[in-house]
Amino acid sequence: MPDTQALVNDFLNKLKKRKIEGSQATAKQTAELLRSVISQTRVPYTNQAAALIQSVKAVGEGLIAANPVELAVGNVVRRVLHIIREEDLSLTTAAMAGLNLSAVSDDEDDVGGDNQPVLSAAAIAAASRSTLRPPSLQTLLEDVPDSAAVPHTSSSGGDSEGKSKSADKSSRSRKLKHDVIEAVNELIQDINTCHEQIAEQAVENIHQNEVILTLGSSRTVLEFLCAAKEKKRSFRVFVAEGAPRYQGHLLAKELVTRGLQTTLITDSAVFAMISRVNMVIVGAHAVMANGGVIAPVGLNMVALAAQKHAVPFVVLAGSHKLCPLYPHHPEVLLNELRSPSELLDFGEFSDCLDFGSGIGAPLLHVVNPTFDYVPPKLVSLFITDTGGHNPSYIAEIYQLFVTSLRGEDMKFKSEIMKTNCVAGGNLVKS
Amino acid sequence: MDTRRVSSAVPRVRQVGFFTPNTPAHQPAPTRSQSGPPTSDSPPLSDSPASNSLSPVMIPPPRHLSDNLGGRAYALPVPGRGNAGEHATVGSYNPSESVLWLESPPRSRIGDEELSEGTESSLGWYRRSNSAKVASSLPSGGFDLSQVKQPESVAAVEAKNPLPEKSEAQKEQASNPKSLKAKTTKAERRALQESQRAAKAASKAEANKSNAPGGAASSKPMKQPPQKKDGPPVASSVAASERGVDRPVEKERKKDLPPPRMQFDDESRVDKAKRRSLLNQPEARNRVELFRHLPPHKNGSQLPYLESKFFELHEMHPSVYKVGLQYLTGDTSGGNARCIAMLQAFQEAIRDYSTPPEKTLNRDLTSKIGGFVSFLIECRPLSMSMGNAIRFLKSRIARLPLTLSESEAKAALCSDIDRFINEKIVLADKVILRHAATKIRDGDVLLTYGSSCVVEMILLYAHEIGKQFRVVVVDSRPMLEGQKQLRRLVAKGLSCTYTQLNAISYVMHEVTRVFLGASSIFSNGTVYSRVGTASVAMVAHAFHVPVLVCCEAYKFHERVQLDSICFNELGDPDAVSKVPGREDVNYLDNLTDKQKENLQLLNLKYDATPSDYISVIVTDYGMIPPTSVPVIVREYRKEYLLI
Repeated sequence: MPDTQALVNDFLNKLKKRKIEGSQATAKQTAELLRSVISQTRVPYTNQAAALIQSVKAVGEGLIAANPVELAVGNVVRRVLHIIREEDLSLTTAAMAGLNLSAVSDDEDDVGGDNQPVLSAAAIAAASRSTLRPPSLQTLLEDVPDSAAVPHTSSSGGDSEGKSKSADKSSRSRKLKHDVIEAVNELIQDINTCHEQIAEQAVENIHQNEVILTLGSSRTVLEFLCAAKEKKRSFRVFVAEGAPRYQGHLLAKELVTRGLQTTLITDSAVFAMISRVNMVIVGAHAVMANGGVIAPVGLNMVALAAQKHAVPFVVLAGSHKLCPLYPHHPEVLLNELRSPSELLDFGEFSDCLDFGSGIGAPLLHVVNPTFDYVPPKLVSLFITDTGGHNPSYIAEIYQLFVTSLRGEDMKFKSEIMKTNCVAGGNLVKS
Repeated sequence: MDTRRVSSAVPRVRQVGFFTPNTPAHQPAPTRSQSGPPTSDSPPLSDSPASNSLSPVMIPPPRHLSDNLGGRAYALPVPGRGNAGEHATVGSYNPSESVLWLESPPRSRIGDEELSEGTESSLGWYRRSNSAKVASSLPSGGFDLSQVKQPESVAAVEAKNPLPEKSEAQKEQASNPKSLKAKTTKAERRALQESQRAAKAASKAEANKSNAPGGAASSKPMKQPPQKKDGPPVASSVAASERGVDRPVEKERKKDLPPPRMQFDDESRVDKAKRRSLLNQPEARNRVELFRHLPPHKNGSQLPYLESKFFELHEMHPSVYKVGLQYLTGDTSGGNARCIAMLQAFQEAIRDYSTPPEKTLNRDLTSKIGGFVSFLIECRPLSMSMGNAIRFLKSRIARLPLTLSESEAKAALCSDIDRFINEKIVLADKVILRHAATKIRDGDVLLTYGSSCVVEMILLYAHEIGKQFRVVVVDSRPMLEGQKQLRRLVAKGLSCTYTQLNAISYVMHEVTRVFLGASSIFSNGTVYSRVGTASVAMVAHAFHVPVLVCCEAYKFHERVQLDSICFNELGDPDAVSKVPGREDVNYLDNLTDKQKENLQLLNLKYDATPSDYISVIVTDYGMIPPTSVPVIVREYRKEYLLI
């Protein structure tokens, strides 16, 4: 336990100091951390799932509060909670199915059924649910919902069935933990491979001699473009540098190294160039429940320009970036202001930036936000690791997902919302 | 090739409508050795009247239709056109064709010559190149024709007239081609001289100077072939249209229009310009394909070279020279500042000017100013406002009464320039201040982009008269002009917020007005301004914030533009890859040659803002919607050209 605590604290610190860059890295590390938390948690005999959920929630809230604008953390925490519930549910239903089949025991301690027929009805319902499974975000996004989920369930179901009613509780609790950890491993795997899965779709979306514009740098975009290049597509890329971080320089260098024809332009030239561009491909920081995108600063401008010239605006996002929150005033609440030193040389302007100059408030303010909010109407297409989607479709998925969440998850969601808003408010105030 | 066959099939018909037996012999052979105006055409002449009337019918139109469908509309021009086209291609094969053609060949040849001289610039070539031309000029046949058509159709009309009037018609025609011919031959002679001189200079330059070879040698051979391919047709058509349009009828109108801008993807012209230019043209190693037609950026590194050449430039007035260097290094920037600096330099040059003997002030001074201007263009492409100012000055010079003595004329010109600066720039700015300040209310948050001197004056003025407002200064790389403006505004006690262009959507929420400057406003309402202005206007439009563009009316221009690519100015590409003050951003510092090959850097200086983003344009004539720009352009031009 102490070592998990140390891990958690370490990660919290990193998040607070913004040492971790990129939502993918954050998501992965969060998932790994939660995995170790789960494995370290001692589970009581009864209600193991609740205990796991408890501990994950405790850690997760801390993580979310540490960096409220890094929505990937919240997403992963939610996904892990969901995994725990699902595994618990599937174990229970499997056990019940076993009970029901033997039809001997009237062990009713985990399902509060009153009498036999009702119990059996509940068990059948649960069993049917286990095959259908409550729609998780993952299964909703996947084109074939049963492919990943069903074998897993059936196998676990089979196992517990094999153990039949003799399955003692300790083994079941170990089983639950084991299953959960496996599922989290799968999640980590998904996060790791989402680039490749997105990049696989590159050839289908880029045609010969295409002119693509992008702003800043995103690993997903880089791999997407390189995948198309490897498939012998020839196209050219305009890279806007993405001040004040100038990640575009980095992307340009990478692309050039891989032999792509690249033109580096200033951000101000985006409007001038976009009329000669066939497609805008950008990465995202997070995708909100309404299909809006939290993206690196400057992208709203690019999206508007693309809309003006009817250029498709394509957002690449791994599914760990899909966030079931609705944005409320996202420009402010889901944003972060960086140091002014990136824009102005402090030495040069120190006299006007100084608070202590006597007049009270300084004459000069410097605004250096990190993110932009791109409303869904400006986005033409999302390409996620589960395929391409319309913004409206993303919104629908969330609708389904949210209604499928059970009470506790909803509550947690609102808690997260609260923490997000409060933290965002603090950020704005400070 | 098809056309050529046609010509041989219907050789007679080509003589249609041209029966001027007397002109040819005396025509000074238009300096072309091989075009020796043969008199051998008198035989066909006899039957020409007869074939004359028939010709329109006889010439098989379908063949030519493939060439130019446009000619179908009118029956008459067809023969003329067809013939002209043939001639252009065939001329070199049988120069002894018909005199009647004399007036058309020179023109088409001029085009050809320029082309051939441009593409293969060696001295030996261009005389001979006629035969080679045939192939190259073939595709452009259609272009030449349309220009040539006009006089010929006239001739054809006349030829169609009943025979009795023949003598009259003859006379007319005799005079018509003659006059035309005199003109073209003169033009041709001039072109020839020019090219000879240029070629000589080139050979000399190539011999003793090795400015291009080093770095260019490697890149050039690779680049050349594709350009060469598309070069010729463009060149010849451009040349043809230039000379061809220059008919007496069109002339008046043409003089008013600004000369066509130099297109830098046109290899032949670039070569020519290069030979004439004072500066070394930098060999941009990796130019962006879309912007090849624009002059590459010249940076301050040419300064020492230009300085060393100072004493060779007898023609150049020192003050003009100084201004040119300031443009080159970027010490003088901003539309108004550049324009004023240029006008004042011209003023000094005019003061020091004395008419050389046997020349008239009007003409000599105009050409002299032309020389200055081309020097300044070499240092940095002119802005629209400067173009307008030069046009004003030239029209003033042209309109000087001949009765004035030299000193009087000079004084008149100097005062004209002073008046222009005063009325069109200084006073205009003051009027704009008044207008714009009425649009600022207490509590406003005004956003401005980059650094525009008018906008800055407006902000300071509004602050002076006690309005309470906040300013958001938006800036962008690589110029970072906003910082200087920010400095000045803060020094005056204005409350400012500074941010970069990317954060525009973030700050736009609180903004209540956007004030923008402009380099020029085109007559379709497009605002041509510092790159990034369009983005600012677009975002403001999306957030329903009014956009006010402040621009003096002398910067209005009658050209139209839809995008930012057809006409623009390129900045130093290296400024894009280097971020001063940020040591951590050095990804592009050490690239291998192979990487550099794939990487292009684009540093645009201006962009075009569509008029739908503009709420109002504040000018010295008041506040107008962008749709009213052409009205101002029309009225205003009249005013300043006729004062």
